[in-house]
Amino acid sequence: MRDKRSLILHLAVLAALLAALPLLSAYHVTNVAKIMVLAVYAMGYNIAFGYTGLLSLGHAMFFAAGLYAAGMGISLFGLSAVGALVLGPVAGGLAATLVGLLALRTAGVAFMIVTLMFAQAGYLTILYFVRYTRGDEGIVIARATRAIGSVDLSADTPRYLLAFGIFALALLLNLALVRSPFGRIMVAMRENEARSRMLGYNPYTVKLTALAVSGVYAGAAGAAYAVLFGYVGASLASVQYSILPLLYVLLGGAGTVLGPFLGALLMFYLIDYASSATSAYLFIVGAALILLVLFAPKGILGTLRERHARWLP
Amino acid sequence: MQLGSIFLLALLEGLASASVLALTACGLSLVFGIMRVVNVAHGEFFMLGAVLAWFTASLIPGPPALAFAVALVVCPLIVGAIAALADMLVLKRLNYEPEATIVATIGLLYILQQGALTVFGPNALPVPAPVDFRFQFPGFGYSGYKIAVIVAAVLLLLGLWLILTRTRIGLVMRATQIDRATARAFGINVDRVYAGVFAMGAGLAAIAAVLIVPIQQAHYLMGADPLLLSFSVVIIGGLGSLRGTVVAALLIGMVDQMIPIFMPVVFPAYGAWFTPTLAKIMATLVVALVLVFRPQGLFGKRAA
Repeated sequence: MRDKRSLILHLAVLAALLAALPLLSAYHVTNVAKIMVLAVYAMGYNIAFGYTGLLSLGHAMFFAAGLYAAGMGISLFGLSAVGALVLGPVAGGLAATLVGLLALRTAGVAFMIVTLMFAQAGYLTILYFVRYTRGDEGIVIARATRAIGSVDLSADTPRYLLAFGIFALALLLNLALVRSPFGRIMVAMRENEARSRMLGYNPYTVKLTALAVSGVYAGAAGAAYAVLFGYVGASLASVQYSILPLLYVLLGGAGTVLGPFLGALLMFYLIDYASSATSAYLFIVGAALILLVLFAPKGILGTLRERHARWLP
Repeated sequence: MQLGSIFLLALLEGLASASVLALTACGLSLVFGIMRVVNVAHGEFFMLGAVLAWFTASLIPGPPALAFAVALVVCPLIVGAIAALADMLVLKRLNYEPEATIVATIGLLYILQQGALTVFGPNALPVPAPVDFRFQFPGFGYSGYKIAVIVAAVLLLLGLWLILTRTRIGLVMRATQIDRATARAFGINVDRVYAGVFAMGAGLAAIAAVLIVPIQQAHYLMGADPLLLSFSVVIIGGLGSLRGTVVAALLIGMVDQMIPIFMPVVFPAYGAWFTPTLAKIMATLVVALVLVFRPQGLFGKRAA
């Protein structure tokens, strides 16, 4: 019963997103496509932070790994769009595993600083190899290469549909993951590491696996971003892009499957609305972060789950 | 220039940058040591100090030395007050829970940065040096102001050390650091100590910024470098150990300044591929690895 109810809810959200396509103006079609891609990134972040309790400040590195694997793969090595979308998650997962092998020797505050430092090194590396990455200026991927068969992915509708497809796959896999036995172990690690260890689970391997999965999501989102929006730049690897998914997840609700999407949706339009009024949109980001940790640390769906819907996954 | 003169020049440049870095990093270290708070907004307190120094200097007519002296007193007080306010309104309510405080100080970083941009604009803001004379060393002349900065920083650090070890305030702070609950039981107002320590940490960053601003202009994005450098210093020196912080600041400040001066002399191909960016990458990785493999820092004792 409980399982069925949550499955129906998630399928209904997906159906609504698909049904929205003909109703939205071109401007919003682009926005929602971008939001779905960013939501995949935030879902990955949520697997590490929300479910496993790993607060990383370095996820931009995993996002950028997917982004640059796809972008440079296409522009320098003639990779196809499909190839890029496959390579991205692999690169993201690999980066997360490598960082995790070292960073997971630490915990808490030290883990945050170590991930932040690694991501900063990654960002600087992109700037250092400016000849290949084009640094801050970034790579603009030619429109002709952003296609699957004869379908032009830079056109509004195919772009929306592909973003939707990736989002739907990520969402359902996320749902399956958190309901699986491994999902429970992740939560156990977050809630009480000592007790989980006593029950025979190795915290290091559990966390490393969760971080790797998280990296796969981030890499997939990065590759989708490169292929769908055609731009790959160093600013997408900066600290700010590690903070964004944290913000989305905190707003939507850490440790909920739909929270990252809800947070991305609300925050994206809040920033979009604010930046039409003021250039200081980072002010909103800062204020939102502080208000959330102060007054709603569980986010929207987390609070909802606590009060009304205990079945929400 | 003779190699000896180059060495002396590099030494002076290194000392000047290390002394300012030591002040900034001590602020971060103090806050971490006593409150166990990792203050990501520390760089923005530094930036605020610099920008406010420009503002003060532009308000006060007359000789630059007078305006500078006023800035040196007023800016740290304003920045400290802002920090104390942030502590009371935000950090205290979070009960200093480590992860929540980091997220909150990230928020604070954005707010302060955008605040400075909105109020003071995106331009680099120059502040005239209060003293204008040059020391003549064999082979080169050197800015007297930078030497004054070194002296001022040493005096301030000495003052900080005296406050911490020789005064009642320092005693109260150390008691709070060792055991918050017992300190409270002995009638110490822990909330006030925390607000004071947070203000003091921010004030140290602001003083450092006021000292540096005649050399390096004030700008709303200038907080990132001192933040990363201070983090590196505090980690290398051992989290929360002030002595380690000063030693590490000397080491990092010296290396940071001496490499770009020395390497082209010793190694002519330097600069072709060994750019400042590569140096930063390596430094960042070293710091991360120190935190992974030697979390007590290079000079710290293993935590009890």
